[in-house]
Amino acid sequence: MGLPLFPPGEDPGPSFAALIRLSDPNRPVPAPTDANRGTVPAVAHGTTVVALRFADGVVMAGDRRATEGNIIAHRAMEKVFPADRHSAVAIAGAAGPAVEMVKLFQTQLEHYEKVEGVALSLEGKANQLGQMVREHLPMAMQGLVVVPLFCGFDLRTGEGRIFTYDVTGGHFEEADYAATGSGGRDARTTIKLGWQAELGRDDSIELAVRALYEAADEDSATGGPDLVRGIFPVVATVTAAGYQRLEEDEVAQSFTALVQRRSLGGGVGGGGS
Amino acid sequence: MTMPFYVAPEQVMKDRAEYAQKGIARGRSLVACVYADGILVVAENPSRSLHKVSEIYDRIAFAGVGKYNEFDQLRVAGVRHADTKGFAFSREDVDARSLANLYAQFLGQVFTHEMKPLEVEILVAELGVDGKSDQLYHIAYEGTITDEDRFAVLGGETETISDRVAEAYQDDWALDAALRATVAALAGPDRTLEPGDLEVAVLARAHGRRAFRRLAHDELAELLGGGRKSSPRGSRAAGPGTAGPASSGTTDSDGGPLRSE
Repeated sequence: MGLPLFPPGEDPGPSFAALIRLSDPNRPVPAPTDANRGTVPAVAHGTTVVALRFADGVVMAGDRRATEGNIIAHRAMEKVFPADRHSAVAIAGAAGPAVEMVKLFQTQLEHYEKVEGVALSLEGKANQLGQMVREHLPMAMQGLVVVPLFCGFDLRTGEGRIFTYDVTGGHFEEADYAATGSGGRDARTTIKLGWQAELGRDDSIELAVRALYEAADEDSATGGPDLVRGIFPVVATVTAAGYQRLEEDEVAQSFTALVQRRSLGGGVGGGGS
Repeated sequence: MTMPFYVAPEQVMKDRAEYAQKGIARGRSLVACVYADGILVVAENPSRSLHKVSEIYDRIAFAGVGKYNEFDQLRVAGVRHADTKGFAFSREDVDARSLANLYAQFLGQVFTHEMKPLEVEILVAELGVDGKSDQLYHIAYEGTITDEDRFAVLGGETETISDRVAEAYQDDWALDAALRATVAALAGPDRTLEPGDLEVAVLARAHGRRAFRRLAHDELAELLGGGRKSSPRGSRAAGPGTAGPASSGTTDSDGGPLRSE
């Protein structure tokens, strides 16, 4: 390939999505027609992801299970990714297109930053992701739904912010916490019961871990801590210092402590921590 | 005046080369060198926002001298090429050599086929990882490409500056030593460059995936200050307003009003 130079009228500007559309016009998936309409064979689906605000920013966490119908497709899939230095994106839904969307989103944010010399605002990033979800709508209509969760540290206001999406690309800012995926409802309820303003880092991580635990307890598609294989959910924080994924050990400790408390309590639920 | 029917190709090339060289020499120079933890790029550039040095990809940086709009167009093309390649294949498949070749082809093409050659000289720097050495590709206005593994000088009066850098150069020197030497080489014996006159960026192995980082004004003052105290005060500092050759309004970002002093 030659040097990608464009005449002024056709220049894609700082948009990476527009750039690859110019270089590969067939890339967007065609809308379903009578000819290609049909049931898509079972593909891996990612399940529960959560995000909640705390004093210094946002905590984001996601389980590791991917399912194909009633089969466990992957046990160690990752669903929480850094979008750029100060934001993170988590995905639920059809795993293949979702991971592809994250890759495009990450490239888009970095591309914009390099071409323009400044990073997008958090609002701008959330909007970009919304457009990508909307462009995915034809595939969502065929059953390959992708619903991301986006959060970041807003350098202008100095606080963490969370955005949720629907399949049409509509995005909504959540006040304090959000969860999506098949176990999202249970996770959200758990966070709702434990959330307080200005939570500390450790408390908010504990709450995110508990939310995933409860989701896995109620939802078969959500994976809990896999103590046998040593696979634990991905937990990350986004603060003024940037995206930071927690060490596996710290997550493992948090889950082990939670499991112990539950066992001592007779193995039944009950929010106490 | 009548148009000549025939001009010898030698003459055409000579005229174009002279034109491009003149344009480049009007701007201020730039030095890139390898140091212990990465690559340092120092440009004389009083503007805070119109950059001569930028990030292309994880381990690749771009620097240009000459006409700002022309090298900036090349920079954006480089970012597009690298991001597209990294997206289609893998991040580790993006390398500076192929990008430098594309730049060389393009500049050569424009030089031979267009009315006006591009008045730019560019540098593509790649940080070596996993035992590979750092690489500096210097591409001239007519598409000549040279690769250096110690330092490169772009712009006007490159020879005198090159001699100064070569004299001071040490293998595996620290960032502050490299910075002081390159700034002194850019300034020459008769003037002193202040942090406000400089645009400095590094590609450093310690920075993780995206190795490119600009050095802020304060950081620069601190790094430069360390040596200035101990160095003999042989040269009188020229005021920042008088520094540099007379700049032309059409050539890069010189003479910008954004000076901090």
